[in-house]
Parts: sequence; structure tokens; C-alpha cells
Amino acid sequence: MTTTTEAHADHAEHQDHAEHGMSIRGYVTIALILAALTALEVSTYFVDFGPFFMPVLLILMCVKFFIVVSYFMHLKFDNKLFSFMFYTGLFLAIGVYAAFLATFKFFTA
Amino acid sequence: MADTAVHHAEHGHHTSTGLSNNKLGMWLFLGSECLLFGGLISTYMIYRGRVGEGPRPGNVFDIPFTSVSSFVLLMSSLTMVLAVAAAQKRDDRGTTLWLTVTGLLGATFVGGQMYEFTAMYNEGLGYTTSLFGSAFYTLTGFHGVHVTVGIIMLFSLVAIIKRSNVPGDKAEVVELVGLYWHFVDIVWIIIFTLVYLIPA
Amino acid sequence: MAIIEQPAPVGAPALPAAPTPTRTYGALRRPVATTGWKSWVFTVDHKKLGIMYGVVAMFFFIVGGIEALLIRLQLAAPNGKVLSADVYNQMFTMHATTMVFLFVMPMAAAFANYFIPLQIGARDVAFPRINAFGFWTLVGGGIIVNLSWFLGGAADGGWFMYAPNSGPVFSPSHGVDFWALGLQITGIASLTGAINLIVTVLNMRAPGMSLMKMPVFTWLQLVVQFLLLFAIPVITVALFLLSFQRNFGATFFDVSAGADPLLWQHLFWIFGHPEVYVLILPSFGIISEVLPVFSKKPLFGYPFVVFSGAAIGFVGWGVWAHHMFASGLGPVSVAVFSIATMAIAIPTGVKIVNWTMTLWGGKLRFTAAMHFAVGLIVLFTIGGLSGVTHSVAPSDTQQTDTYYIVAHFHYVLFGGAIFGLFAGFYYWWPKMFGKQLNERLGKANFWFMVIGMNLTFGPMHMIGLQGQPRRMYVWTEARAGEGFFNIAFWNMVASIGAFILAFGVLLFLINVFKTTRSKEVAPLDPWDARTLEWMTTSPPKEHNFDAIPTVHHLDEFFHRKYEQDPNTHEMKQVATAEDILREQEANADKHIHMPSPSYWPIVLAGGLPVIALGIIYSIPVAIVGAAIVVLALFGWSLEPSTAPDSDFDPPASGDGTKELAPLG
Ligand code: HEM
Ligand SMILES: [Cu+2]
Repeated sequence: MTTTTEAHADHAEHQDHAEHGMSIRGYVTIALILAALTALEVSTYFVDFGPFFMPVLLILMCVKFFIVVSYFMHLKFDNKLFSFMFYTGLFLAIGVYAAFLATFKFFTA
Repeated sequence: MADTAVHHAEHGHHTSTGLSNNKLGMWLFLGSECLLFGGLISTYMIYRGRVGEGPRPGNVFDIPFTSVSSFVLLMSSLTMVLAVAAAQKRDDRGTTLWLTVTGLLGATFVGGQMYEFTAMYNEGLGYTTSLFGSAFYTLTGFHGVHVTVGIIMLFSLVAIIKRSNVPGDKAEVVELVGLYWHFVDIVWIIIFTLVYLIPA
Repeated sequence: MAIIEQPAPVGAPALPAAPTPTRTYGALRRPVATTGWKSWVFTVDHKKLGIMYGVVAMFFFIVGGIEALLIRLQLAAPNGKVLSADVYNQMFTMHATTMVFLFVMPMAAAFANYFIPLQIGARDVAFPRINAFGFWTLVGGGIIVNLSWFLGGAADGGWFMYAPNSGPVFSPSHGVDFWALGLQITGIASLTGAINLIVTVLNMRAPGMSLMKMPVFTWLQLVVQFLLLFAIPVITVALFLLSFQRNFGATFFDVSAGADPLLWQHLFWIFGHPEVYVLILPSFGIISEVLPVFSKKPLFGYPFVVFSGAAIGFVGWGVWAHHMFASGLGPVSVAVFSIATMAIAIPTGVKIVNWTMTLWGGKLRFTAAMHFAVGLIVLFTIGGLSGVTHSVAPSDTQQTDTYYIVAHFHYVLFGGAIFGLFAGFYYWWPKMFGKQLNERLGKANFWFMVIGMNLTFGPMHMIGLQGQPRRMYVWTEARAGEGFFNIAFWNMVASIGAFILAFGVLLFLINVFKTTRSKEVAPLDPWDARTLEWMTTSPPKEHNFDAIPTVHHLDEFFHRKYEQDPNTHEMKQVATAEDILREQEANADKHIHMPSPSYWPIVLAGGLPVIALGIIYSIPVAIVGAAIVVLALFGWSLEPSTAPDSDFDPPASGDGTKELAPLG
């Protein structure tokens, strides 16, 4: 961790500019993709997806989540330390609460 | 200070990591919020089937309506990002415009949530009707409060920018509020799928 | 200087002039007093806040201690008459709550606040106003938790507040409401403090201080702050659910309404187990500073101590259900959590080995601080071993809810956490106050505490294995048994031990009192210390360092004093602390502007207890509280962290305000 932090310190100035890398067009495209994915999600309510229902919804949810985090919240372009902070919390939450739900037999019953 | 500034410039950085304190703090806060919403969502997951005498989730959810309000919140993330972009170009008019639009979209979402809660209440799901009801209102209520706090921040920011009274780096303040706002949006992405679209 | 050194945007247009006081929403000019009570109440100085944390924590230590003595009086003999069953329940609940949330955590925060910036060569924390806010929030929370004593009875469900004991049937007074809301408020203090200190450690290090050159105390505090960052929201959820159940009619933990009582237990212990590391790691950090200094050797295996600290922090998230082995989790869960719990003893053991190896072959000096540090190693090891015995689930089902558990956690908490804090008192007192605590009294303090603590908690292993349950307000002669394991005898021993222990603590207070009155000034570097906090005056100047040091080594201060002789390879002193300080003063930075005091932290913090009282008694009051919070937030965000020159009286000269202000 030491090395990464130190290395980033040197790049801080450049980082500052790279961070604003997305164009307005890019943002609008992302928003359109998100809208399309949402439409797909909602369509599961009207159309029967059979066994794919659950996996499709979960995958779409994750894709939307990471698109917003990576592009709108800039994590993809930003310093890795920010990703570290956020993803530590996120994956800790997922791990801990998945184990928690497992003790309630949530996934098996 | 000039001297220390020079001193630091010589070392090529101003903070040890070169990153802004405020932004680092905000990301830490958001990391922490993951465990807050994780707890609320898990509680809901355990209790969603415990409806007692009251209505079941499938009976009270109005998926088309909630889809629209989810869409509104999702699009507010786009307008928020446009506000941040404008702020970085030091375009005050653009910034305040997009902040206002974001706030209005957020308010639409909260308005929709109020309507939804009222409708559910009328269908017999009160806060204390069943464990499902308590857990549902607690989870979505917490999210709603987060959105409301965001809306207040957005409109306050508009007012402050108009009076050019922002202490500190304006673009950064807008960016920080933006991070918070997007976070509230991604939490809803999860709630929308896990709570609404996947039935108990 | 503005403490937050943000990159000025390159080529950016000139910033608008800093707002003058009339343009801010601060109705009054901001406080600038440097003496008198105002200089404390409105301060944002991490050192003053550290001292205030310490004073408040000490107050609660005494409160919690008196509660403990009452418990031991009640249990000294069969059919105790000192406390009624109801008051007894309140007593043990509030004893634990006070000790954990209002003594050990704030005392660790006191050291963190005071010493982290000094150890990393910074002039303050990253968000000085948030720091002040955290302190006042803690005070508000502590008041709310304890106010219930005077308003119909305190919380009485145990510090873990299991359902259904937390519900209205078994706990009809407002005690649990005060407890839940008060802890919610102290949680806010811990969370903001965690964010503040993490950013401080990551961003405010002196040039050259890479993460692996940081003092161990700072490192382990960093781990603690991450634990708090992620554990506090979990207890926040639990406490909200509890408050909603008690105040708004939800039934989250009400089995008769179909709820699962284990929900609370899980949420509480997901927080609770990381929390026990929050309690112990600061003390591990303290003795990792003390042992090398008094052994005149670097800490053995610094990277192992750091990484095992981080490992404890990580694995600590996967063991919470070991508190629930007897709750019917099912064999798979029990097996998984049992094994994970055994595994966590490994990084803990690594630390004990490192400390022992640090002592090995060192030039040991048995000062009072060193006594406490070595005491910690021994006593904590005993507690850790009994912990391993409960990690074995079948054995734990015999032990759980008996005094054996009480013995375990007092060895780790009293013998571990508290002994570490006392080591810190003796070690850092001269730094904080420029005066040294009396060593002879200190050693007496130590011996009374060790003897008292072993007499009190040692026998509890036995009476626990004999079957005396926890949380029972009386025991009867009929259960006492006979011979060596007669619990009547050992209960009496435990109670006598408690008073010996209390006398030890009293000696400490006397020591503080005497030292404060004495005129004797401590030497600049009384212990021949190793880390940066000793590289400045005692007590440190408001801006900590005249010149921010550039760091080249782990134990930088030591390496400035000593160099290796190229021929004999022995360390030879090349400079004294005085020399180093003089050099710094000669190269002092000019125009050092510190973050300015502010009214807003205390106003903002003051709104929270009002909201809590409102939720319990009358919603309009809560709305007033919320209004105070909102108002204060606006005032806060419009006020630059460093006062503009025109705020000073007479106006400060210089160019210090052209900075970008932080939000905190
Ligand atoms: C070697 C490491 C440790 C192990 C394996 C361990 C294991 C355990 C286990 C299995 C229990 C549950 C016993 C029961 O209720 O039946 C327990 C209780 C407890 N432990 Fe530890 N422990 C360890 C270290 C610590 C430390 C470092 C602390 C605090 C500084 C601590 C504080 C506590 C407390 C407060 C309880 C009692 C909680 C309650 O029921 O009120 N433990 N420990
Ligand atoms: Cu534990």
C-alpha cells in the first residue's frame, strides 16, 4: 500500500486533469445505457423470463450499479485509494450480510 | 503560509497522497453507508415474508409506478454529473441550472414515494401492520430521508453559489454533493431490484 | 497556515476574497480567545480536545467503577441486600455500557487525538471542527445514556440488550430508550472521528513518512478507525430498529408478533466483535511504543505487528457468532464460527511473541509505564487463552452465561485495554503536561491494580466453572458448595479484590493531583524516546512543530539522536533532544496559521440530545432539536475553517487566508 500511495502522490497533478476525462456526450450515452437496462429490468414484470428471471435481474442490478459508480462517480478514472475506501465497505457489507442471511437459512430454505 | 506552501511545493505534494481531504472523507463515509444500508436491506430480506394478517408485498407494490419514479431518480444522476462538469468549467449558470434540475427530479422521486406510501397505507399496510410493513417502511424511509437530505444540500448549494459565498473550492463542493447523490441513486438501484422486482 | 494543504488549482483565476465576518452566517464574530473557558469550549485544537476527551473519560471511569463496586458489594455474601433485583440489573447494564462506550473508547480517542498528529508530524487533524463536534457529541451521548438514572430508571437489559429483555414488557421504564438514543449519539461521534483520523493519517503525514515508517500506535489506531467506520453503521441499524420498536410500535424483535429474536443478536455482535478490537488495539499500540523505549531496542518485527494488527481487524469481522453458540444456530454455522474464532488467536499470538522478543536482550528500565506494559502482556495472555477455550463450541456451551465469561473479558479488557491506557498515562504525561507523574506512586498504583485485578477476576474462572451464572442478583448458601471450590469464599475474595483494585485507581488520581500541584518540570526527553511527538516542547506548542520535520526512518527521533559507529557498530548518541529542538526553532516556518475556533461544533452537537429527549417525551421538542442541527449545519458550511485575518483582534497580518478552506 505504501508504494501505491507514494506513487500516486507524484501523479496527483496529472490525475487531477485525467479525472475530468468524460465528455458531456459520454455522460449522456451512459445515461441512455442505464435507461435501456432499466427498461429491460422492468420488462421482467411484464414478460415471463422463466428460469432466467432472477439471474437476469441480479446481473442487471450489478451492471447498473457499477456503471454509475465507475462513470458518474468517476471511480474508474480516479485515484485507486478512493476505490479502496468504497469497495472495502461494499464488499465487507456483502460478505458479512451474506453470512448473516445464511445463518437465517435465507439462501437454502 | 507562503513559506510552507513553497516548502510543500518543493516536495511535489500538498497532502501526503496528493488527494483532497474532503473527497477522501466523503468516500470513507460512503463506504460506511454500505454497511448501514446492507443492514437495513438484510433485515427486510428476513422479514419480507412475515406479513401476518396484512397484505403481501405483491399485493401492494405498484411496479409500473415505482419504475417511473426509479427512472426519474436515475436520470437525476445524469443531471448531477452535468452540474459537476459545469462547475469544473467554472460555469456558475450551468452549475446552478443543473443542480436545480437535479433537486427537482429528486423532489419528484420523494413526492412519488409519499404517494406510494399513502396508497399502500390505504391498502392496509401501515408501519405497524406486520414485520414486512415495518421493515419495508424503515428501509425505504431511510432511503427517502437520504434523498431529502440530498435535495436540501442541492438547493442550499444553489443559493450559496448565487451569493458566491462558497468557502473553499466550489467545483469540489459540487463534486462532493454529487458523490453523495449518486450513492443514494445506487442504493435505490439495489432496492428497486431486491425489494420490488424480485417478489418474496 | 491553513492546516489543510490543498493543491491550489494550477492557473486558476484568483479566488474571491475570503468572506468577512459580516458576510458569514455566524451572527457573532467567531471566537478567538486563547485563554479562559472560551479557549476550551470553542477550541478545535486536537491537543485541547484530546485532554478534554481524557477528562470526560476519566469521569466516566469513576462512575463505572462505583457501579462495579456496588455490584461486588451485592455479591460478596449470599442473599445480598445492597441492591434490589431491579437496580442490580440497571447497575450491571450501565457499568458495562459506561466502561465500554464512555471510558475505554473515549480514552483511546483521547490518545488518538492528542498523539496521532504529533506522531505523524502534522499540525492538527484533517477536519479540526469535526473533531470538536465529535467530542461534544460524545458528551451529549454520555449525558443522555446516564440521564435515565434520574428519570425513572436506567437501562436494564445488559450491555448487549437482548430481546425480549429490551422490550416494553421486561423493561417498562425509559431506560432502554435513553440507552439506545444515547449510544446512537456516541456512535455519531465515533463515526465522524473515524473518518477524520483516517484522512489525517493518510493525508497529513510529514514529508518522508511513508506508511511503513509510521509509529505502531498510529498504525493500530488506523486499524481501529477502520473498524469503527464499518462497525458503527451496523449498531446504528440495530439501535434504530430498537428505537422504532419502542417508540413507534414496530415489532422487529417481538417474538409474539412473529419476529426472530436472533436478528438483534446478530446485528449486535457483528458490531460487537469488531468493537472488542476497537477496545484493545489502541492499548496494543501504546505498549508497542512503551516496550521499545524502555528496552532500548526497536520493536521486534515491526511489519509483523502492523500486519497482524490489520489481520485482526479483518478476521474480526468473521467471528461474531461465537457469542451465540448456545442460541441454536445450527451445526454448520457453529462449526464455521468456531474455527474462525480459533484462527483469530493466531495474529493475536504473533503480537505477544513480538513484544516478548522486544524485551529479550534489551536494557530494560522498569518505570511505571513499563510495569503496566509488561502487566498487559501477561494478563492479556491469560484472557486470550480463556477466549480460546470458548472458541471451542462444546466447551463454550458449558461456559456461556457463567462467571467464566466474566473472567475472560475482564482479563482482556481490564488486564489488556485498561493496563495499556495506564501505560499511556505514565509514558505520555510529561509530554502532555510538562510534568512527570510520580514514579513511586505509579508503581504502587500498578501493584495494587495487578493484585486487585487478579483477586477479583481470577476466582471468577472457578466460580463460573462451578456454575454461578452471570447477571444473577443474588446467590444462595445452598449453591455455595464446599471445600476449595466453595463459591462463598471466592465471591468474598473477588469483592475484596475489587476494593484493592479501586484503591489502586485512587492512587493514580492522587498521583495526578500531586503532580498537578508540583512545580517540578519534566525534562524534555525524559524516557529517551523514539518517535516524533517527543521532538517538540512539552506540552507542545499550539502548532506542534516549529518546522515540519522531514522523516527518513522509522523511529525518526531516535535516529536523530543516535548514529551507528562505523567501527564498533554500536549506537552512539550524537545529539540531545535539546539540540534537535533548537535546530527546529532556528528553522521555524513563518506565518503559521492554525485552524480557528468555532461556535458551530458545540451548537451542532447540542442539537442531538435535544432530538433524543424529544423522541422520548414529545415530538415538538425533537423538531426544535432538528432545527438547531440544520441551523448549525448552515452556519458551519458557510464559515471558512481558518478565520480571515480581519477576524483577529488586532487583525493578523500576513497572507494566510488565501487558502482553500476545508469543509471540516
Ligand atoms: C484470543 C482472542 C479472543 C478469543 C478467541 C475470544 C473469544 C470469545 C468468545 C468465544 C466469547 C463468547 C463467550 C460466551 O459468551 O459464551 C467471548 C466473549 C467476550 N469477549 Fe472475547 N475473545 C478474544 C479476545 C477478546 C478481546 C481482545 C476482548 C476485548 C478487549 C474480548 C472481549 C470479550 C467480551 C466483552 C466478551 C463478553 C461479551 C458478553 O457476552 O457480554 N475478547 N470471547
Ligand atoms: Cu467476540
